[in-house]
Amino acid sequence: MAGIWVFAETVDGTPKPVVLELLTKARSLGEVTAVALGPSASKAIQTLGEYGAKKVYVHEDPAFRDVLATPAVDLLARLIEKDQPDLVLFGMTYDGRDVASRLSARLWTALIANASDVVNKDGGWAIVTPVFGGTVLVTTVPLAKAPTLVLIRPKAVAAEPASPASAPQVETLTDQVDTGTRAARVLRREKEKASGPKLEDAAIIVSGGRGLGAPENFKMLDELAAELGAAVGASRAVVDAGWKPYSFQIGQTGKTVKPSVYIAIGISGAMQHTVGMKGAKTIIAINKDPEAPIFKLADLGIVGDVHTIVPQLIQEVRSRKGK
Amino acid sequence: MNVLVCVKQIPDPNVPGKLDPQSKRLVREGVDVVLDPGDEHAVEAGLQVIEKDGGEATIISMGPPRAMEAIRRALAMGAHRGILVTDPGLENSDALSTARAIAGAIKGQTYDLIICGTESTDGSSGAVPAQLAELLGLPLLSFAKKLEVGDGKAQIDRQTDDGYDLVEAPLPAVVTVTGGINEARYPALRGIMQAKNKEVKQVGLQDMGLDGKAGQAALTEEVVEIKAAEARKAGEVVEDKGGGAKRVADYLAELKVI
Ligand SMILES: Cc1cc2nc3c(=O)[nH]c(=O)nc-3n(C[C@H](O)[C@H](O)[C@H](O)COP(=O)(O)OP(=O)(O)OC[C@H]3O[C@@H](n4cnc5c(N)ncnc54)[C@H](O)[C@@H]3O)c2cc1C
Ligand SMILES: Nc1ncnc2c1ncn2[C@@H]1O[C@H](COP(=O)(O)O)[C@@H](O)[C@H]1O
Repeated sequence: MAGIWVFAETVDGTPKPVVLELLTKARSLGEVTAVALGPSASKAIQTLGEYGAKKVYVHEDPAFRDVLATPAVDLLARLIEKDQPDLVLFGMTYDGRDVASRLSARLWTALIANASDVVNKDGGWAIVTPVFGGTVLVTTVPLAKAPTLVLIRPKAVAAEPASPASAPQVETLTDQVDTGTRAARVLRREKEKASGPKLEDAAIIVSGGRGLGAPENFKMLDELAAELGAAVGASRAVVDAGWKPYSFQIGQTGKTVKPSVYIAIGISGAMQHTVGMKGAKTIIAINKDPEAPIFKLADLGIVGDVHTIVPQLIQEVRSRKGK
Repeated sequence: MNVLVCVKQIPDPNVPGKLDPQSKRLVREGVDVVLDPGDEHAVEAGLQVIEKDGGEATIISMGPPRAMEAIRRALAMGAHRGILVTDPGLENSDALSTARAIAGAIKGQTYDLIICGTESTDGSSGAVPAQLAELLGLPLLSFAKKLEVGDGKAQIDRQTDDGYDLVEAPLPAVVTVTGGINEARYPALRGIMQAKNKEVKQVGLQDMGLDGKAGQAALTEEVVEIKAAEARKAGEVVEDKGGGAKRVADYLAELKVI
C-alpha cells in the first residue's frame, strides 16, 4: 500500500486545521504516517489518529518551533530516505511552503504548490491545481522520483474524522537537532489583537472592499459583524491602502475562507479575491454597480449604496434580535 | 553590503491569462510582459538596504532574451548592474531548475543578501527562493514585511496568520518580501537614461558549467490536463429602492443566521 505522509504542523500541541484536512485526503490514498514536530507535539497524537494516521513520528525539540524550516527539512530528508514514502502532503502555510520547497531541492523531487486535490491515476498521482482564480483546473503528474511533495491549500478538503479511529503506532525521536550556525531563528512572536471569531474558523464573514470609501467606514462592518457573531475580512485593495492589516486579506495572496455565509460589501469581485471565498456556502453582495463581477456568484445581490444599506441592515438585525 | 535581487518577467497581470490547450502552458506570445510587481518590492527593499548601509545592488533574472527589459526597469529604479540568465536549454524550466540556474549564475559573486519576492504573480508557487537557499546552503528569511540589516545579520518581521514573528539570521541570507514591505519607487527619467548604460552580463548553461539537467530535460512534473472548473451560479440580484437592507435581513433569517 502506498505510503502517504502528512507534515502535521502543530501549535502548542494542537494540529493546525489544515492538518486534519490533509489527513482526510491522505487516508483515501494509502497508509498514512504523520510527522509532528516541536514542543508538545505528542499531545496531537490522538487527534492525528482520529483523522486517520496509522503511524506518527514525534520529535519535541524546541528547535522545530524556533528555527525556520531547516531542522524539519533535515529530519524529513532522513526519515524519507529510510521509509521511502510515495507522497508527502503539506498545508500551504508559511512554514509548510518553506519546508516543502527546501525539501524538494534537497531531494530533487517534484513539488506541486497550490493544489486543491490529489488523486490516483494509472498507479501514480495526479495533482489538481486551480488557476486563474479557480476558473480553470490544471492536472499535473510528477516525473521525478518519489516522494512527490504536494502543498495543499487550506480549506480545499473538508476534514472528517476516520471511522473507526486508529490508535496510531508512535515513534518518538529524541536524537539531537543540530541547527548549525546558519539558522533563521524566531526571536519574538507578536499577535495583532483581534476580537470575535478567527477568519479561518468563522461561520459568517462580513468583508469590506474599496467601496466603503474610507477606513473609518469599517466601523460599520465591525458593528454588523458583532451583531452577527461574524469575523471581518477585507479585499486586497483595502489592505494595500492600509485600511486593514494583511491578516484580514481574503484571496489569492491572502486567506482562503469557507464560511456558511459571506457578505461582500463594496467589493468588486475580482478573480483574485473570489478564489479565496467562492467556497462559501452562501454569498451575499452589496455593490452599487449592477455589472460588478461579484454578482455573478452571489446568491443574493443588492445593487445599492453601502452607506445607506449597511446602517439600515445593522438596525434590521438588531430589531429582529429584539434589541 | 552587496545585494542580489532576483526578479522575474511575467505576462501583464492586468490582462486575463490564457493557457495553450496544446502545450498546456501559459500563452506568452503576443502578450505584454512586465517586471513582476511583487519583485518591484524586492528591488525596492534591496535599494533601501544599500542606501542605508552602502554597497551595490545586482539584479538577476532568468528568462528569454527579452527579460532584459525587466532587468532594465530594475536598473532604472536604481540598481547597479544585472545578470541575465538565458539559454535555449533553460526553456520550460520548472521552479527547481530555475533555482538551480540562478544558483549557478550566482556562483563566484560576492553577496551578503539575496532578496526575492514571496511568490511570482504568474506562477505563484513561491518555491524558488527556498530552493535557492537550500542549493546555496543559506538561511531563508521568508514573508518579510519589514527588513533590517546590520552587524552581519538580517532581521525581519515575518508575516503570520495573526501577526508577525521577529526572525533573525546571519548573513549571507535569502530574504523574501511581501507586498506590504514598502512602496516601490517609480523610475525617474534620469534613472531610465542611466539604466541604458549599466552593465548587464548574459550567462548561459555553458558559462555556468551546468550540465543538461536543465529546462525541459529536467522537468520534475508535467501538466497533463486543463479543464474549466465548475462555475458558481448567480442568484438573485435586486436593486435597492429602500428595501435592500430588509431583503438581506430576511435572507439571513431564512438562513437561520438571525
Ligand atoms: C497577483 C495578484 C494577487 C491578488 N491577490 C488578491 C487577494 O488576495 N485578495 C484580493 O481581494 N485581491 C487581490 N488582488 C487584487 C484584485 O485584483 C482586485 O484589485 C481587488 O480585489 C479589488 O478590491 P476591491 O473589490 O475592494 O476594490 P475595487 O475593485 O476598487 O472595487 C470596489 C467596488 O466597490 C463598489 N463601490 C464603490 N462605492 C460604493 C458604494 N458607495 N456603495 C456600494 N458599492 C460601492 C464599486 O462598484 C466596486 O465594485 C490581487 C491582484 C493580483 C494582480
Ligand atoms: N525566472 C526567474 N528569474 C529570477 N528570479 C525568479 C525567477 N522565478 C522566480 N524568481 C524569484 O523567486 C520569487 C518567487 O517565485 P516563484 O517561486 O516562481 O513563485 C520571485 O518573486 C523572484 O524573486
